Amino acid sequence: MATTSTAPDPKTLLWMYRTMVTIRRFEEQARREADAGKLRGMHSAIGQEAVPTGICAHLRDDDFIFGTHRSHHHCIAKGVSLKKMMAELLGKSTGTNKGKGGTMHIADIDKGMLGANGIVGSNIPVATGAALTAQVKGTDGVSVVFFGDGAAAQGTLHEAMNLASIWKLPVLFVCENNRYAQSTPFEYSIAGASVANRAAGYGMPGVVVDGQSALEMYEVGGEAVRRARAGDGPTLIEAQTYRYMGHFGADNPLAYRDEEEEAYYKSKDCLAALKAHLAETNTATEAEIQAIEQQAADDVAEASIFANESPYPGPEQLTADVYISYP
Amino acid sequence: MVQAEATRKISFIQAINEAIAQEMRRDPKVIVMGEDAAGAAGRKGKEDAWGGAMRLTKGLYPEFGAARVRDTPISEAGFIGAGVGAAATGLRPVVELMYVGFFGVCADQIVNNAAKMHYMFGGKVDVPLTIMTAMGAGTGSAAQHSETLYSVFTHFPGLKCVVPSDPYTAKGLMTAAIRDNDPVIIFNNRQLMGFTPSGHVPEEAYTVPIGKARIAREGTDITLIGIGYTTHLCLQAAAELESRGFSAEVVDLLSLSPMDDETVLASVRKTRRAVIVDEDYPRCSIASDLSALIAEEAFDYLDAPPKRVTPPHTSVPYSGPLEALYVPTVERVVEAANEVLE
Repeated sequence: MATTSTAPDPKTLLWMYRTMVTIRRFEEQARREADAGKLRGMHSAIGQEAVPTGICAHLRDDDFIFGTHRSHHHCIAKGVSLKKMMAELLGKSTGTNKGKGGTMHIADIDKGMLGANGIVGSNIPVATGAALTAQVKGTDGVSVVFFGDGAAAQGTLHEAMNLASIWKLPVLFVCENNRYAQSTPFEYSIAGASVANRAAGYGMPGVVVDGQSALEMYEVGGEAVRRARAGDGPTLIEAQTYRYMGHFGADNPLAYRDEEEEAYYKSKDCLAALKAHLAETNTATEAEIQAIEQQAADDVAEASIFANESPYPGPEQLTADVYISYP
Repeated sequence: MVQAEATRKISFIQAINEAIAQEMRRDPKVIVMGEDAAGAAGRKGKEDAWGGAMRLTKGLYPEFGAARVRDTPISEAGFIGAGVGAAATGLRPVVELMYVGFFGVCADQIVNNAAKMHYMFGGKVDVPLTIMTAMGAGTGSAAQHSETLYSVFTHFPGLKCVVPSDPYTAKGLMTAAIRDNDPVIIFNNRQLMGFTPSGHVPEEAYTVPIGKARIAREGTDITLIGIGYTTHLCLQAAAELESRGFSAEVVDLLSLSPMDDETVLASVRKTRRAVIVDEDYPRCSIASDLSALIAEEAFDYLDAPPKRVTPPHTSVPYSGPLEALYVPTVERVVEAANEVLE
């Protein structure tokens, strides 16, 4: 998906809605697979669908994105196959990583998804390196790294922002501020109560955006990608969003937050908001919207069947791919 | 009857937790820091929401308060480095590195500061820091959250490294670590976390000495050396070997640095055979170190070369069937023992 205008055209709007619905259905199915004991410790992205969708709407297959331990939504927004993703979650040989990476490490270089990463903040410098490649090669490619509010406390963010800024690298630092690092509230762990403010210290734009609004994500993402492609350097985006579920499968979020707060954010649900926009602007009829939703459900169901029917990797895979050559 | 009443069973997690709580009561200099150490960062009515990712620090915040039990941002270099500085200036911090694989983020603080300060500063600065960390495969957590890695830390002079194998040794080693004046890393295997064996764990504080192995089972025909979780594999293998007529001795190493060379060597000199069972990567490891020790110091006693049971030289795979092939098993220990006994 690659468009350049500031407001999404109807085709892009419908792509965004389909992508976000697909993410939600995928996460719901992934949870069911986890409940059935087929994977453990999954980190659900439900509630955060709009963030990567609004950004990835501006990206091509040869642009790179980098994720976190919670990255299924990034992968889907970047166009990674649902079948291969679900197979990866189930540890099957047909998975994106041949079953060897799992939910926290999905990667698909052909689609420009260079990896979910289980070490908080670890991917930020790596994404900066992908932007360096684009600059050295003289392409107009961009690199996007998604990270959480928790990662904003890691030194890697600061070192990478400094590098990206002094070299004017085409990279987007996208903080998905879902308000909690595991159980630790954002307002406790981030001094100054803002991630975006930190951009000023590194001489780059820092933008706060409503991460529950796909339209705003699209607009802010479009400007940052335009800057990057034009050689104007990096942007730091703080997308304010919310994780509906616990940090991982067994985590009960009410141990550290209130029902009222959850209800407030769910009332601003990104899917519902975009769906309302589609209706208000007559972008799609009710029947067309339903068809998109049905298609998303069917695609996820198909992915689940594919994953469940796929074989596990053979024992030879245990020691395969440690090196390219190791005589 | 009296014995049954006296037996106090607690889980591995409770044992660590109890050791920290008792040391905090005993010594106001002991503080705790880590990601979600309390959880919810002291929100009213939500205090102690997590008690650490492994629940090792549950209940400490309500008892000791925000000054001594600190939720940290996800800044391992920052808070482990702060632990080093606090230790060097009069506190006895206990810091949690959630998974040992995260040491990559803060290696500089551990290996260049914690390990070296005492030596580098002419013995004039002490760093009584305790780092506790979770390790081990078998939980479907993939390459970055399943490593064992203790061998890396034993490479560095100045660090002490201990690996409990059950609640009794967990409590005793944790207490010893907090009281020790050198930096100590305690490695807790995730497969043992919920483990509540039948053994007695005293309620009062006690220490298990750092630098001492224990004989977990006596035998005469072969020595099986286990570390933490793999000690249990050795014990199960020993039971199986017994049914085939062999008497296996099991050494539970407990302490990797310093290592109890004498207990290992005495056992091997007696049994004349050794199998080392280690879940860490096989190259430049504790297992290879033990193998060298036995070859160099007990060569004349050996009836067969020592054998190592380890994972292959590869990262930890996610897929269940592959992970099952990765970790050492009882079957592989028995197989190795049979080869050595032949």
